Amino acid sequence: MAQEVLRMDNITKIYDNGFVANKNITFWLNKGEILALVGENGAGKTTLMKVLFGLESPQSGDVYINGEHVKIENTLDAIDKGIGMVHQHFMLLPSLTVAENVALGIEPMKKGLFDFNKAVKMTQEVADKYRFNIDPLSKVEDLSVGQMQKVEIMKVLIRGAKIIIMDEPTAVLTPQETDELFEQLLLLKEGGHSIIFISHKLEEVKRICSRVTVLRHGYCLGSYDLENMNESDISRLMVGRDVVLKIDKEDPKPEEVVVKIKNLVKINETGKKVIDGISLDIRKGEVVGIAGVEGNGQSELSDVLCGMDTFSSGEVRINNQDIVGKTVHEIRQMGLAYIPEDRMRHGCAADLSIKDNIISDRFFLPEYCKGLFMKHKYIDQLVDQYIKDFEIACDDKNQPVRMLSGGNIQKVVVAREFTSGSNFILANQPTRGIDVGAAEMIRKTIVKKSRTEGTATLLISADLNEVLECSDRLLVMRKGKIVAAFPKANEVSEDELGEYMLGIKTMTAKEMENVL
Amino acid sequence: MPMYTLDWFANFGFSVLRLSTPLIFAALAAVISRKAGMLNMALEGMMLTSALAGVILSGFTGSVWIGLIGAIIVGVLSGAIIGFSNLTGKTDLYLTCIAFNLAATGGTVFVMYLLTGEKSTTSAAIRAFSVPSITIPLIDKIPLIGKMISGHNLLTYLAFLSIYMVWFFLYKTRLGLRLRAVGENPKAASSVGINVTKIGYISFLISGILCGLGGAFMSMGWVSFFMKNMTNGRGYIGLSAMNIAAGNPVGSALAAIFFGFSDAFATMIKGRGGDFPTEFIEMIPYVATIAALVVMNIIRMGQKRKIEQGVKQK
Repeated sequence: MAQEVLRMDNITKIYDNGFVANKNITFWLNKGEILALVGENGAGKTTLMKVLFGLESPQSGDVYINGEHVKIENTLDAIDKGIGMVHQHFMLLPSLTVAENVALGIEPMKKGLFDFNKAVKMTQEVADKYRFNIDPLSKVEDLSVGQMQKVEIMKVLIRGAKIIIMDEPTAVLTPQETDELFEQLLLLKEGGHSIIFISHKLEEVKRICSRVTVLRHGYCLGSYDLENMNESDISRLMVGRDVVLKIDKEDPKPEEVVVKIKNLVKINETGKKVIDGISLDIRKGEVVGIAGVEGNGQSELSDVLCGMDTFSSGEVRINNQDIVGKTVHEIRQMGLAYIPEDRMRHGCAADLSIKDNIISDRFFLPEYCKGLFMKHKYIDQLVDQYIKDFEIACDDKNQPVRMLSGGNIQKVVVAREFTSGSNFILANQPTRGIDVGAAEMIRKTIVKKSRTEGTATLLISADLNEVLECSDRLLVMRKGKIVAAFPKANEVSEDELGEYMLGIKTMTAKEMENVL
Repeated sequence: MPMYTLDWFANFGFSVLRLSTPLIFAALAAVISRKAGMLNMALEGMMLTSALAGVILSGFTGSVWIGLIGAIIVGVLSGAIIGFSNLTGKTDLYLTCIAFNLAATGGTVFVMYLLTGEKSTTSAAIRAFSVPSITIPLIDKIPLIGKMISGHNLLTYLAFLSIYMVWFFLYKTRLGLRLRAVGENPKAASSVGINVTKIGYISFLISGILCGLGGAFMSMGWVSFFMKNMTNGRGYIGLSAMNIAAGNPVGSALAAIFFGFSDAFATMIKGRGGDFPTEFIEMIPYVATIAALVVMNIIRMGQKRKIEQGVKQK
């Protein structure tokens, strides 16, 4: 029988805002095993690990290490108990050397001064012992991402960790670096370390893990031996749909191209290609959906299209006008309406009234002004009508937007964007975190506008339900590229979609040729 | 023109070093704060309070050394007040610093009035003390250079020594390492058990010592009395010097010397007389600051653009 080194029993974590991140989660880890912890974004993996590492305190639940009940109140407790965490976003100091990073917090001293030579020696010892090929004297900023990760692992090892949490370690690695990491992890496993491996890349999970624990929406769906599971089984457990929302819609009759994106490339400040050669057309009267695991370039794409960010090369034309060098205002005048991902930061001015928010994109038009003054009577009438049309629940039009519920705030944003008279709607996560009723109304309006008014819509969403129901054509983005394109969204199964999103399958350029 | 003699150069160099002294202290204080992750805008006020404290304490005790130590203590206390508001009270650092500077401008005049009945300067009311000047044997015999670098105020030499000490502290001690770690990524530092708040207090403490020395130089070296608002923006110039060198102690000190140079240049032109308006000449150090900041930023933005486009070609 395998020896159990860690058990988390009935962990429940509810955040202050009422969000249930973990509900009665129980799982265990054996000595010398690599356990996969999988689940979609927001499934509660990271919260669970934060609880284990002492960064969050749970409402209820117990933690046992080597069968002993322990209390972990902060990070130092966790480190003391032999738990180490390799964070997804590295906790490194780029301007310092590897040795300094590894020794930080447990610095060796000589005559009251930091003993740099000793730190180098300590680091070299760990590197030799676990066969890391890293020079302790090089600066972290000069290392590749894969090497930085090794430094993180060395930091954990030098503090004597026996249980190592790896939070999406391969998300930032190249395939070669991933191979190297896996060899390293297997080596650690043989040395008696136990590893919790968080990932949503299933082929990797299959490759190095012996068991998998699946989380979805804060619940634990169970732990399974990987011998009897294939990737599709796990994918189904992870992604699985709970509520099926059906939207009746006629087939689209796409007409001329409204938005033309050609070879779009965006390189961010760190030199990484976040958008990698995307080409696509969006036509009048159709909804194009983009699905994908978050952080694969969708946010960057929407920032570029609406003019909030620049791009490195390629071309974007809206209604046959180039957007390069244009301000957000100018692009909106070309025909863009934009429902941003983060409604509180980019969608509305929270302290202003509903009325002010709704006219914020058009107050300068002659229709709303008379000389220096606003035509308030006319505007009031219009806003009252919108409040009725979009079913915004509020006291009256002068109520500050921040007093409304999330769903109603989003309706204010939608009311503005859908009535702006634009023929291109860019909707990024339009229904995230809002109630089902409001979400349904927004989705139906998106479809209705494309059918009755011929709007071209680009719908970016991590909600599979939404993209499958609303879209006509459906694309999948991964690592800044379009990796799959389906002519008819309602003919795609979510399992199939999951496989493209998670990188199990990729379409060739030829397969997608006629769909983009 | 009989102007540009060897003597003239020696005097000008001497004046550059003298005028650089408070700027070097301010720049180094800014470096310490910056390395701990903070932009300490209160240098100005911290120097001003120290300058007054030095004059009062030396005047009343009759000892220049007690005055000097008092100036340092008041500098440290000023730092502690800001640190307490910002680190423990969680106030906004910039607003706190601005409030402190305004309070220092008015408060020093108020205290001066209480003690002396004067509102603009203590020169008549309080006995003047100066930190002694030092003639360096042998070196003062070297032509040109001897006159330039010998005979300065003790604090001027201390300013140059501080450049080394700050560098040594930041890069050779454990505390310096931890301070830099906190400044670069507080989350990473606290994830290995470093007390981020404590390090913040320490940075204000050291910053306070350096500001105390800078303030003391103003009122007990440069001149030997306190004058209303006598720091006259030197704290901010020190901050800019730090910014130009991105927090590197040696680079920041060099930038401070550059500003000292423009200050000396302005003084020299003013001394020549002529019909050029003095107000315009007095702008020179400040205009030089803005120009230097703009130039540095243009260089940095060019580098950033190179990164964003460089990868494209591959």
